[in-house]
Amino acid sequence: MLGYIIRRILAVIPVMVIVAVFVFLLLRLTPGDPAAIIAGDMATPAQLERIRTSLGLNDPLHVQFITWVGLLLQGELGTSLISNTPVTSMIGQRIWPTFNIAVLTIVLSVLIAVPMGVLAAWRHRTWADYAVMAFSVLGFSIPVFVIGYIFIQVFSLELRWLPVQGYKAPSEGLWAFLSRAILPCLTLATIYVALIARMTRASMLEVLGEDYIRTARAKGVAEQIVLFRHALRNAAVPIMTIIGTGFALLIGGVVVTESVFNIPGIGRLTVDAVLARDYPVIQAMILLTSALYVFINLVIDLSYTFFDPRIRY
Amino acid sequence: MLRIRETLNQFRGHTRGAVTGIMAAALLAGTGMATQALAQEKTITAVMHSGLRVLDPIITTAHISRNHGYMIYDVLVAVDENFEPQPQMADWTISDDNLTYTFTLRDGLKFHDGEPVTAADAVASLQRWGKRDSGGQLIFDVTESLEATDDKTIVWTLKEPFPALLDTVGKQSALPPFIMPERVASGSADEAVTDYTGSGPFIFVEEEYQPGVSVTYRKNEDYVPREGAPSWMAGGKEVKVDTVRWVTMPDAQTAINALLSGEIDYIEQVQIDLLPLLEASEDVVVETRDDLGYQTIGRMNFKHPPFDNQKIRQAAQMALSQEDVLATLIGNPQYYKVCGAIFGCGTPLADETGSETLTSGGDIEGAKKLLEEAGYDNTPVVLMQPTDVVSLTAQPVVAAQALRQAGFNVDMQAMDWQTLVTRRASQAKPSEGGWNLFFTNWMVPEINSPLISPMLNGRGDDAWFGWPEDQKIEDLRAEFIKADTPEKQKEVASRIQAHNMENVLYIPLGQYIMPQARSTKLTGMIASPVPVFWNVDKVE
Repeated sequence: MLGYIIRRILAVIPVMVIVAVFVFLLLRLTPGDPAAIIAGDMATPAQLERIRTSLGLNDPLHVQFITWVGLLLQGELGTSLISNTPVTSMIGQRIWPTFNIAVLTIVLSVLIAVPMGVLAAWRHRTWADYAVMAFSVLGFSIPVFVIGYIFIQVFSLELRWLPVQGYKAPSEGLWAFLSRAILPCLTLATIYVALIARMTRASMLEVLGEDYIRTARAKGVAEQIVLFRHALRNAAVPIMTIIGTGFALLIGGVVVTESVFNIPGIGRLTVDAVLARDYPVIQAMILLTSALYVFINLVIDLSYTFFDPRIRY
Repeated sequence: MLRIRETLNQFRGHTRGAVTGIMAAALLAGTGMATQALAQEKTITAVMHSGLRVLDPIITTAHISRNHGYMIYDVLVAVDENFEPQPQMADWTISDDNLTYTFTLRDGLKFHDGEPVTAADAVASLQRWGKRDSGGQLIFDVTESLEATDDKTIVWTLKEPFPALLDTVGKQSALPPFIMPERVASGSADEAVTDYTGSGPFIFVEEEYQPGVSVTYRKNEDYVPREGAPSWMAGGKEVKVDTVRWVTMPDAQTAINALLSGEIDYIEQVQIDLLPLLEASEDVVVETRDDLGYQTIGRMNFKHPPFDNQKIRQAAQMALSQEDVLATLIGNPQYYKVCGAIFGCGTPLADETGSETLTSGGDIEGAKKLLEEAGYDNTPVVLMQPTDVVSLTAQPVVAAQALRQAGFNVDMQAMDWQTLVTRRASQAKPSEGGWNLFFTNWMVPEINSPLISPMLNGRGDDAWFGWPEDQKIEDLRAEFIKADTPEKQKEVASRIQAHNMENVLYIPLGQYIMPQARSTKLTGMIASPVPVFWNVDKVE
């Protein structure tokens, strides 16, 4: 197992190198000029040229690349071309809202979706099953911003229970955090509940038809034990894959939800950086997201051994 | 590696902070201390038109950076609402020959680090500004010397009179000469400053700054306001609240909802189509505090066919209708104004000579005739359309339709604003990555004088994008600089207007204003093209 983990971690290195080279070149080939964002509309071509030189954008590509890689090897991600702020501290400020929202969303989604999926499979082709499936279709179909606006209208503007927007860290008070996080998390959870519930239902249906389930029932094992200990555990591998991928997507940034609820997260940071051609920030975000995907995939793979002892590495 | 360790430490701190925060909140809730502390603090939360990312208001002409500049810095001279320069940090005298301006700093001026503001700080700041600002460059072209003769006195000696010196030093846009400490201002004019020590009415709270997300300003307790009522950027800047927080909300609907629910106090610009949502509320006031607003314009490329031909430029101008452009862009006539004055309607130099077709619906038949006379050979007009800037998406579409009706072969190319600003800097042929026509918007105070309007520069490759070579406009600008009375300035400005419309240096497409919205709790907001937070109080 340890050898497998080390091999997987080492395999990250070539992936990151390829991503780094690809991202660097792609950005430099895309039209755009950070100097124009800095200087504003009134700057003359000569002024823009001087700013480009001061930012190092007029250096040959290989010099820019070597400078950036040199910084990376020292654990530095560079400095934003636009705001002149270290990229590490920008990501440090923006990762926590995204991380906290992602964790809460996944927890909420799993708590709601797994019982729903189990119920739908257990009561296959009954009204409960149809209700879960109808909810899933709705969850997939309604755009996330529409759900967000509906929640805001009902819970914030009509009932006045929760704030419309914003983010507070848990360190500023649990209620301050939860009151602002609950609506974006519920909004995001709508899709994930739909996804996980469907996957749970499909996986459970397959397992519930197995011989050992019939045997367990024949032996008089209580139905909840059959469902949650025997069936769900064996159905867990595909469900874990969906949960892991969903978490990675959430960490990668959910721009629309962040915009609707004004959450200063990673998604907005990335989009703003792309619009301003803030190369160091974009490069850092893509590297970070790639590393995160690799790491989360590793954790998912390792989690399979917990649910299914037949899987060994 | 050190940075990664710092981030990990932040995470540990964050987790510890969560536990501590819950315990502290519980304790404070029990004693009621938190409520009391909040009641004593007066904080204004404002949603500004864009996120603040560049903190140096001299390196950029971005409006949000200029607004930030007015929060934390002060200026020597400021133009008031009557377009008259008024003393702000300094009073002045002018020698009889109009060649020497002596500024004297007023008492009590201190930087946020406690150091007094000296004449040497002002000189260094003016010199750095002069390298970035077009009006400043014109003054420095005729400057003999600029020096601090003692701690409070700045002597500016000119080689020849520059009657508009005070107007230029006191202008509010695009680059006002903000006064910074000498150690900061003596740095390069092409690199952003990293020390944000000002002497203005608010102090920038660096540790709470999140680029593009939020910025916090604390009241400068040491600031001594000038006597008198505030008027635009002049007069007394009395701060009546403890903190002002600017937040960025990328979603306009969210900002509206936040104002309606009382979570924020002010929105600097409200989308016109969302106004009905606010107008129905008794707790919100919708108003316009900037009657000048913005001018939307079209700019052609003088380097390449077909717009290297004056008659074809005139034909394009003749085809366009301001009413059509503004109605599509803004919609509600309450918020736009057909105006043929290149210096903006409502300004001292306003004159609408030569703009008759633009302001009366365009003349497609006349444009066709002009095109025929010019021998237009169907060369495509590459028209750049930015699709990601709401205030710039309509103009290209309306213009393309009018130009096609007049007989132009229009090739409208959609792109994001970043691609447009890169491409407009290219002097290549339109078919090889260049361009023929684009549109942009200016705040009227940025174009209300020939000294500052970037489009009225006729110095070819050294001019603004489009690069017209136009000696006549250069001669007229030189004449304007020498005009020493408002009457003479107005007369020269009128000739500049006529010349612009004849040579089509740019096409003025009318003015529009953006409504603002505030909570009824805010009182004392002054009328100004720059949103300012002095004189504003918040009542609970």
